[in-house]
Amino acid sequence: MSTYTLPDKTGHFGAYGGRFVPETLMAAITELEEVYDQSKKDPEFQEQLSYYLKQYIGRETPLYFAENLTKLAGGADIYLKREDLNHTGAHKINNTIGQALLTQKMGKKKVIAETGAGQHGVATATVCALLKLECIIFMGEEDIRRQKLNVFRMELLGAKVISVSQGSGTLKDAVNEALRYWVANVDDTHYIMGSVLGPHPFPVIVRDFQSVIGKETKRQYMEENHSLPDAVVACIGGGSNAMGMFYPFIEDETVKLYGVEAAGHGLDTHLHASSLTKGKPGVLHGAFMYVLQNEDGQIEEAHSISAGLDYPGVGPEHSYLKDTKRVEYTSVTDKEALEALMMLSREEGIIPALESSHAISYGLKLAKEMDKGTGLVICLSGRGDKDVETVKSIIGGSEHE
Amino acid sequence: MNKLTKALEECQAKQEKAFIPYIMAGDGGLERLKSQLLFLEKSGATAVELGIPFSDPVADGPVIQQAGLRSLGEGTTLKAVLKKVMEIKNEVNIPIIFMGYSNSILAYGLKEFTEDCLHAGISGCIIPDVPIEEEAMFSSIKTAGIVLIRLVTLTSSKDRITEITAGAEGFIYAVTVKGITGARNVFGGELGGYLKKVKELSPVPVLAGFGISTPEHVRDTIQSCDGVIVGSKIIECFETGKEEQIQELIRASKELVRK
Repeated sequence: MSTYTLPDKTGHFGAYGGRFVPETLMAAITELEEVYDQSKKDPEFQEQLSYYLKQYIGRETPLYFAENLTKLAGGADIYLKREDLNHTGAHKINNTIGQALLTQKMGKKKVIAETGAGQHGVATATVCALLKLECIIFMGEEDIRRQKLNVFRMELLGAKVISVSQGSGTLKDAVNEALRYWVANVDDTHYIMGSVLGPHPFPVIVRDFQSVIGKETKRQYMEENHSLPDAVVACIGGGSNAMGMFYPFIEDETVKLYGVEAAGHGLDTHLHASSLTKGKPGVLHGAFMYVLQNEDGQIEEAHSISAGLDYPGVGPEHSYLKDTKRVEYTSVTDKEALEALMMLSREEGIIPALESSHAISYGLKLAKEMDKGTGLVICLSGRGDKDVETVKSIIGGSEHE
Repeated sequence: MNKLTKALEECQAKQEKAFIPYIMAGDGGLERLKSQLLFLEKSGATAVELGIPFSDPVADGPVIQQAGLRSLGEGTTLKAVLKKVMEIKNEVNIPIIFMGYSNSILAYGLKEFTEDCLHAGISGCIIPDVPIEEEAMFSSIKTAGIVLIRLVTLTSSKDRITEITAGAEGFIYAVTVKGITGARNVFGGELGGYLKKVKELSPVPVLAGFGISTPEHVRDTIQSCDGVIVGSKIIECFETGKEEQIQELIRASKELVRK
């Protein structure tokens, strides 16, 4: 691969991506594209973004050499990119701060967003409080029940949380309802898409705002080792932390890239979220990409122990990178992720999010197979405080067996 | 000539307005389809928009969403709908337009879908999540002689309306609300002017739809366009057994003869 310039002008990554939206939204996404293109070249906007990334979010985040983990693996040197140390505890805010600034630039006063577990909802509510934007979060009624604390957190931050009972009452239905709301309120409202999903230009905007992860990693690794890492691992739900991590490395062919999906109860069951491995190309939420669907094209429910990976599709750019084999996509089960969470907590004193635990699990396996002296970076996309209750309910049960 | 285009031309020749009801295929079971189509044909509808149920219908409001879920609950698939339409095509004369989301068609296979639509005598397709930018992917439907209906909305700029209407076939579907199907924030002052603007630019008839649910809405809207499409209300009427209200809506569309 030489120079990588995707997406093309029409928002396609090869066959993937595009703008599969009702005509009513075309004006809004065209405006967003124009404003985003201007912002990229606008030093004032970039300065503002850098200011908030540093002073408000706390970047740059460390690239931490995990010595204990490295010893345990006995192979490659393992580094953790500490996105868990961002304000609000995950990488999500890298994107929401950027899009909230774009909202201001467009002169819009209201922001909507979808959320599954609540991480993107909290990150959106946070920047809306900061920049004085009205904030409405759409969340499936099932997820509201499961994530009461995050709902309260969003409300503390001044957001209004709307319960979505349509369809299956989960993340994909929250996206549907947010899109419907956007269609009806497009004049004064911006939709902050939470991952590298949705119609063009969302996948490229989210990737670009998240690519601060990969840019820092590359520089930090180079400063310490005077070389590039041999492999980079990140977990994938919609794919935003992975895309942000991978993008600056795409042209560096010596760096192997691994995306880890959620295998849930196992790929041979119906309870997983491995869209790239088990899905097929189709259209969901405005983009052509790999989607979990049945023969009739009905979208299927995803399943993962980590709500953040629980989405039945993977962004168009990942779909393209799968087909071109630049990234190797693999998966990790609920059980393996849980074990990785406990292992990292004890080995390094870091409780990772269940999402990130998928990357940790695969990263450890991979490091074992790699030679000593090689280097591996794992994107630790979020902290695990939000998952402690889930974990307790599972291991609490097994202790009595 | 395409059956839908012909029906619309006949309307124009008779100086009548068109009325296109929307029904959800398989709502209440596919065995109801024939009687519903025959009822609408007999009641004077110009064509029928036949909705294909989809798990994630982003352009649709609660009534059509619920109808879709009921239909999926009955086990309806696009394959079964096409098979049923093939079975009854000799008994039903009214032109049928499929309204389905892009993923249903892609999962079916574009080539197979086009062939089966031809066999079933389908006249047109509306794919609400495919704007002109993505239309090329579905061009084989057009080349097969099935019209691909384009939508314009209140947010479409004049330049964009010009671009959309330039290559339009069948009719232009003018969405009359900023919102989803069944929405009620209808008929602001800008509506008449908007429909007039679309009509001036369009080489094909302009039909208005989304949020039209009463005979008054029909009468108001139809003055500035060539016909109306009614969806959510029709579904409600079939669901609650108030078919006579459908006939009232159709009558309202025929009252105003072009002067």
